[in-house]
Amino acid sequence: MALLDVRNLRVEFPSRRGSLVAVDGVSLAVEPGDVLGVVGESGAGKSTVGNAIIGLLEPPGEMTAGEVHLAGRRIDDLEPGEKRKLRGKRIGMIFQDPLTSLNPLQTIEQQLVETIELHLGTGEREARRRGVDLLRQVGIPEPELRVKQYPHQFSGGMRQRVVIALALCAEPDVIIADEPTTALDVSIQAQILDLMRALCKEKDVGMMIITHDMGVIADITDRVAVMYRGRLVEHGATVKILGDPDHAYTRSLISAVPRPDVRLVRFPLVTYIEDAKETPRHFDVRRHWLGQARDFGDGAGAGAGAGAGAGPGAKKGDAARAGEGGDGGGRGPGRGPLISLRGLHMRFTTRPSFFKRNRVYLDAVKDLSLDIHEGEVFGLVGESGSGKSTVARMICGLHTPAAGAIRFAGTELTSLAREADLDPFRRQMQMIFQDPYSSLNPRMRVMDIVAEPIRFHRLAGGREEVEGIVSDLLEQVGLGAGAAIRYPHEFSGGQRQRISIARALATRPRFLICDEPTSALDVSIQAQVLNLLKDLQELLRLTMLFISHDLPVIRQMCDRVGVMQGGRLCEVRETEALFESPEHDYTRHLLALMPRLEGLSRQGLEIEEPA
Amino acid sequence: MAATQSARATGLGDRVRRGLDSDIWYSFTRSPVTVLSAVITAAILLAAVFAPWVAPHDPFDLASIDLLDASLPPVWMADGDPRFLLGTDDQGRDVWSTIIFGARISLVVGFASVIFSLVLGVGLGLVSGYAGGRLDAFIMRVADVQLSFPAILIALLIDGVARSALPRDLHDELAFYVLVFAIGVSGWVQYARTVRGSTLVEKNKEYVQAARVIGIRRGAILVRHILPNVTGPVLVIATIHLAVAIITEATLSFLGVGVPPTTPSLGTLIRVGNDFLFSGEWWITIFPGLALVVLVLAVNLLGDWLRDVLNPKLR
Amino acid sequence: MPAFLLRRLLQSVVVMLTVALIAFALFRYVGDPINNMVGQDTTLEEREELRERLGLNDPFLLQFARFVREASAGEFGLSYQHRRPVRELVAERLPATLELSFVSAVLALLVGAPMGVYTALRRRGILSRGFMTFSLIGVSLPTFLIGILLILFFGVILRWLPTFGRGEVVAIGWWTTGFLTASGLKSLIMPAITLALFQMTLIMRLIRAEMLEVLRTDFIKFAHARGLPARSVHFRHALKNTMVPVITITGLQLGSIIAFAIITESVFQWPGMGLLFIQAIGEVDIPVMAAYLVLIAFFFVFINFIVDLLYFVVDPRLRADKATANGQ
Repeated sequence: MALLDVRNLRVEFPSRRGSLVAVDGVSLAVEPGDVLGVVGESGAGKSTVGNAIIGLLEPPGEMTAGEVHLAGRRIDDLEPGEKRKLRGKRIGMIFQDPLTSLNPLQTIEQQLVETIELHLGTGEREARRRGVDLLRQVGIPEPELRVKQYPHQFSGGMRQRVVIALALCAEPDVIIADEPTTALDVSIQAQILDLMRALCKEKDVGMMIITHDMGVIADITDRVAVMYRGRLVEHGATVKILGDPDHAYTRSLISAVPRPDVRLVRFPLVTYIEDAKETPRHFDVRRHWLGQARDFGDGAGAGAGAGAGAGPGAKKGDAARAGEGGDGGGRGPGRGPLISLRGLHMRFTTRPSFFKRNRVYLDAVKDLSLDIHEGEVFGLVGESGSGKSTVARMICGLHTPAAGAIRFAGTELTSLAREADLDPFRRQMQMIFQDPYSSLNPRMRVMDIVAEPIRFHRLAGGREEVEGIVSDLLEQVGLGAGAAIRYPHEFSGGQRQRISIARALATRPRFLICDEPTSALDVSIQAQVLNLLKDLQELLRLTMLFISHDLPVIRQMCDRVGVMQGGRLCEVRETEALFESPEHDYTRHLLALMPRLEGLSRQGLEIEEPA
Repeated sequence: MAATQSARATGLGDRVRRGLDSDIWYSFTRSPVTVLSAVITAAILLAAVFAPWVAPHDPFDLASIDLLDASLPPVWMADGDPRFLLGTDDQGRDVWSTIIFGARISLVVGFASVIFSLVLGVGLGLVSGYAGGRLDAFIMRVADVQLSFPAILIALLIDGVARSALPRDLHDELAFYVLVFAIGVSGWVQYARTVRGSTLVEKNKEYVQAARVIGIRRGAILVRHILPNVTGPVLVIATIHLAVAIITEATLSFLGVGVPPTTPSLGTLIRVGNDFLFSGEWWITIFPGLALVVLVLAVNLLGDWLRDVLNPKLR
Repeated sequence: MPAFLLRRLLQSVVVMLTVALIAFALFRYVGDPINNMVGQDTTLEEREELRERLGLNDPFLLQFARFVREASAGEFGLSYQHRRPVRELVAERLPATLELSFVSAVLALLVGAPMGVYTALRRRGILSRGFMTFSLIGVSLPTFLIGILLILFFGVILRWLPTFGRGEVVAIGWWTTGFLTASGLKSLIMPAITLALFQMTLIMRLIRAEMLEVLRTDFIKFAHARGLPARSVHFRHALKNTMVPVITITGLQLGSIIAFAIITESVFQWPGMGLLFIQAIGEVDIPVMAAYLVLIAFFFVFINFIVDLLYFVVDPRLRADKATANGQ
């Protein structure tokens, strides 16, 4: 019998609309020194499995069937008091967010000593000694000193090390880690994962890692269990499942993972996802509303027609509006870059003070110069805090740069004083945001959300026309016109992101900024949204600034890439050149941190041939 | 397009269906206490609005008042008179009728003060939260200072100033407005702080940034995007504030600085009746007091329920 | 570290000056102080002479500075109504109000806080529901009505307790106390309960809400996951974190007890400052109003400052050494 043995687990959340079965018929086993990964997308029920094992289900959730055995003893039917004694002592738990997992009012020592004394029954002096020792083991420098400090005096990565120390301090047999590295930056993530795996092997502890991230699975697990909608679809050795999956869901999940090592033509069509329609119908841009007024006055982009076969999306009435072209105002040199940044600098006040000398500043972007050419997809990559989003926000006017110039099609935007002077440029420049749950006003119907830019920039006449255009846009992003009368909360994350895309397209933009557009989405949804963005970009010949912390995504999407660190741009290269032969040390460092996914099955992928 | 048209046609029925299916309605029907408080509040509101038709007597019609009827106890007591359900006061007025008219005054003052506070507080909160910087710092500092003084003290002070600044007869005439102003001003801080807090959260949300990227101007963003998203907590505050405003009005009237005795509110009735407590005529003060408590309790219960529903994590 | 307290101290001074300005403006510009001091038959020359002598013709800032200087020494001039120095009046009334407020504050805290913790921990318990109902009635009953009801039952019907005044008091120096006599203590019972009830329910509801908030945090979940006993999780981890916000607001609530005493004092004819103030409003006795305002503001500022000090002791984040805050 395994160390931790879960059999036929079923968890239900009763509600007034009937009982929701979150987990059904899940059986898992963890052996000493063995790392089991539980992978799945949101709503798969993977965290619920972890919480059910340690008996900490959020009410009203309850385990309605199945058994949990620990070292041969059944533990799910124990009295609450007995169950509690197992927690921490026999089963340790690590949660996702290290910033909130520690009591802010107690020193690390107090929290360690309390737990050690309780479970190991040692005296205080011994507990202290062990505490310091544990901190050393999890790689915290100067543990004697740091143990006296409070959580807020540690960085995120260091706090997660403290959390691991707390989970290990009673020498448990099994550790359950729920998304232990999701809240951390890539470089820290790699360190923490290495540490966890090493400790698990060294102490012969069984570990269960719950994650949505195939990279984590590939990096540290021995075996993996794949969950989909509350059920276990596949369970086996990691090498086998990643390299040669049996179940169709696993296959589609793996095919949706962006590869660090190759570039795909497009992500394969996945069947196991929400009910979004696949990709926009192709249409003749020259005749479609979206293709109107694409003459921006400088010759570029006019009549861009990559559309194959005129679809029913084309609108007759719109032809009459073609005359409004050229409202952009930018009549710069014909073949210059569309976006040109020179010496851009951004400074935030992090501690305001009445006296100038007491203020504390953060220079988020330092002396950045960059050109983005018409029709290209330019990627900007870097860790959190590198300033990549700040650049995007300066270009679209959400932040005013402290110094430097932003030129759009030859016109210097930073010199325009009046709001109204900026409007034509705002029309040509749109943005897609990261968080699908906050980027749509929850009090507005989808119709009004998408229609707002059209009305503001007066891109269409009466109500009928505006509503027709919105319906058509919603069709184009794969939602269907029926979406217009609903509210954002009725849609899933991926569908909301499509609404965001429809809103951005509604001004008929020429330049689209995508700020981490898929980082909040599940991987298979991400693949769909990336496909959509790519198709639209090609169809409409959009120029795009694509920002991501995720190098594989950047590789799939971008023509050229800029790497940012600490507010500076350290390297700008053609995408393939950057990935194949990085020049800057930091780029090499980042590339080295990418999860190695060579073991992942390449079944069904269309790999782009190197040019 | 056809889809949107048919949707609009069924819009109303759709909305009603959704309303009945919503969690709010569900939780309402599942809580008998809440239903009861809603019924009581509605009944008192209706009685107050239609006071002249509901009340058996007109307590302000001097012709119908007979001093011989003075100080009669409620009907179920030995000397009770069937004409006067809850007895009469020292001037022979029907207590039941004065309560209905008194509730009318209390509610009018309460609602007027709440609306005043709400408009002032929500406005300042929105501006403070969205503009930030010095304006924000100034408004919030004023709020902080005011918050350290209880509403009742501020209302008393404003009334005191008005009393000393205005000649007596003018003051009596303006007493109602002074009272609304005093209670209203003393209550804006809570709205402002809450709305400012929500505004700070909302203005950094990406839908506001999306609106800015489109080019929508500040004012329109505030009104069209932010305002609708900060109304939930405002509704809760307003409900609970209504209860507080009614209590404050009653307290001020009880202290003798509220509405003039010619148009008595519940507080005034209690104050006047209080003098007869020791001589045994307890009904003159206790019944208006009971009416006040029932009203405030019902409103508070509604407010509590609303807070729990709109903030489900607190349950 | 001292920067935080220094800033708070500076803020307190600004608040006091603002309140002093309001009090001064009240005194100087609402109604004519001369009219209130002299009789109808005083001639214009005499008035002008008095005006000059009292410095009412001096520049605004000078007058204000004089007002602040005198106020900080406790001098607020003569009461219009009583024709006695305000300082004396206040000194007579202050002990009554402070004793009443102190007893009520202790009562409100000692009863309200445990009830709040209990209702948060046993949310569905019968006793919790009872407490919640009690608290709802508590916030719905106006203070003066509680007083009237208490008087009706314990004073008029049962005749157990005195219904007005402080009873016998013992003078210790200028301070008079009702704590040392049986009648003084008996007289204190009803007013103290009346004053405490509302604050008690507020404190209870506040602590409950904050505690529920803390109980939902990740670190509580993590504490449970480490197998710590419920007692330790609730009291060592949750309660202490609840204290941070609760201290602030409780401080404010306790401060407002002194102001709410106005109502209680007027119901029970308690010879304190509140009664003095309410009579002053009725008689437009501005020097008394100004003095009361400044004094109340002083109490508030003082309590707030204590609260800040406590805050500082409880929350290590405020004591943070900035240098190590981001140390890796």
